[in-house]
Amino acid sequence: MNWYNIVFYLFALIVLVSAAGVVFSRKMMYAAFSLLFTFFGVAGLYVLLNADFIAVTQIMVYIGGILILIIFGVMLTSKFTDLEIKSGTTGTVQYVLAGISTIIVAAALIIMYLNVDWVQNPVPELESTVKPIGILLMTKYFLAFQVAAILLLLAFIGAAKIARRK
Amino acid sequence: MIETYVPLIVMLVVGFGVGFLFMLLSEWLGARRTTDGKQTTYESGMIPRGTARDRFSIKFYMVAMSFIVFDIEVVFMYPWAVQLGTLGMTAFWTMFVFVLILFVGYFYEYKKGGFEWD
Repeated sequence: MNWYNIVFYLFALIVLVSAAGVVFSRKMMYAAFSLLFTFFGVAGLYVLLNADFIAVTQIMVYIGGILILIIFGVMLTSKFTDLEIKSGTTGTVQYVLAGISTIIVAAALIIMYLNVDWVQNPVPELESTVKPIGILLMTKYFLAFQVAAILLLLAFIGAAKIARRK
Repeated sequence: MIETYVPLIVMLVVGFGVGFLFMLLSEWLGARRTTDGKQTTYESGMIPRGTARDRFSIKFYMVAMSFIVFDIEVVFMYPWAVQLGTLGMTAFWTMFVFVLILFVGYFYEYKKGGFEWD
């Protein structure tokens, strides 16, 4: 096991444990803070996949922006500290059905994992992904780039509309 | 290329290690003499009043949302800026249109009074 694998498993562990923390915590605030480590771990996995630009974007936008927005969203709700998160429907029938469907999905995934002939290509050594992304955004994906601007405009106007209802 | 991230990982490990070490050290070595003043919430010298666990104003949401929009704008600008020399004026005008579209939202927000706190 080389150090690449050790780092990969470390980040994978961070992602899995913190994602479990998001799902299982009873307090919304704890779930939101647990999500921070999930985003961070995913950024680490992006680095290991040679996607440096996406990794930095992940930290800048998701940790620096989206997570703050989620925490603000939690703080905007009333009585967020006392709120106990509970699932709506519980009962033997639901548990049995959920258990069976989980086992089917898990079995399908395990069978697929064991049977697929995984190809391991050597990763091409890239200098940095920032330059190719810049060129492609300005030439081949010009339209997608402008559509992204319109999407951001919609988000901005929508937020202004919701927050300022006078 | 991945090897260039080794200093970053070393920094992370050392950062976490020092943080935990100092927390444990202060827990083991520190004296426990509590007074009312020490137990008060630190509010930069102000005397704290009310509860911190209160609902926050929707204005904070608006600030966070504006921040994300301009944050993503900067993310798009970065690869553009790196390649501007080779791409030339076409790329300049492409970004001009991009910023112009976002400026419509900025102007809307300004006219709606979104940048005023009260």
